[in-house]
Amino acid sequence: MMRVTLLYFARLREQFGTGSESAALPSEVKTLNDLLAWLRARGGNWASELAEGRAFRLAVNQDMVGPEAVLNDGDEVAIFPPVTGG
Amino acid sequence: MKIQVQTAPFDLNAEVAALYAANPKVGAVAAFLGLVRDVNEGDGIATLTLEHYPGMTERALAKIVDEAKGRWDMLDCTVIHRVGEMKPTEPIVLVAVASGHRQDAFAACEFIMDYLKTRAPFWKKEATPDGERWVEARESDDAAAARWQNKG
Repeated sequence: MMRVTLLYFARLREQFGTGSESAALPSEVKTLNDLLAWLRARGGNWASELAEGRAFRLAVNQDMVGPEAVLNDGDEVAIFPPVTGG
Repeated sequence: MKIQVQTAPFDLNAEVAALYAANPKVGAVAAFLGLVRDVNEGDGIATLTLEHYPGMTERALAKIVDEAKGRWDMLDCTVIHRVGEMKPTEPIVLVAVASGHRQDAFAACEFIMDYLKTRAPFWKKEATPDGERWVEARESDDAAAARWQNKG
């Protein structure tokens, strides 16, 4: 079993009602795509905000990556809306 | 190279002077100052609140500055981005690049800002008369960053 830290920012943090959680992932969750499917299965805002076609970005250990990225035990995974700084 | 994320205001003159005062090789400093406007998408803005991802934000800014150093002659550089609540007319961001000549300073400064807009994890929330709302990312910012991929 793999344990990762999940971080949510901005609109997603508000919609999910939390900024971070420690998650024990079932063994079938191997990539970010798998993780997104696992989170969508929670339903409600998780399903709607992370639905296919919605705009959000992913980072693993503070580097932006694509949804095909493979997860490792202890990873810090962040999900956030497209950035709007500057 | 100085990269800082802070809630406090910054002193533009002091930051720019620090880039050249001790280095006689600097012939040009290009500085960009981003400010809070009092209107966006046709609505009045009372306050703007900036959120960031501590750790990743600094890391992303350092990577952007490193990429700029690989493309242009940069003698020094300062990037300061504020977070927290700000009011119209307050500075949000400073990007200042010191080079031997203006072309490198201008180009590197613009590049760093364009990449910051699309790659550094900051998010803006604005307070309008109708309530608070998150600012949506603009396609024009993606286009501005993309144009650097084929030139340098």
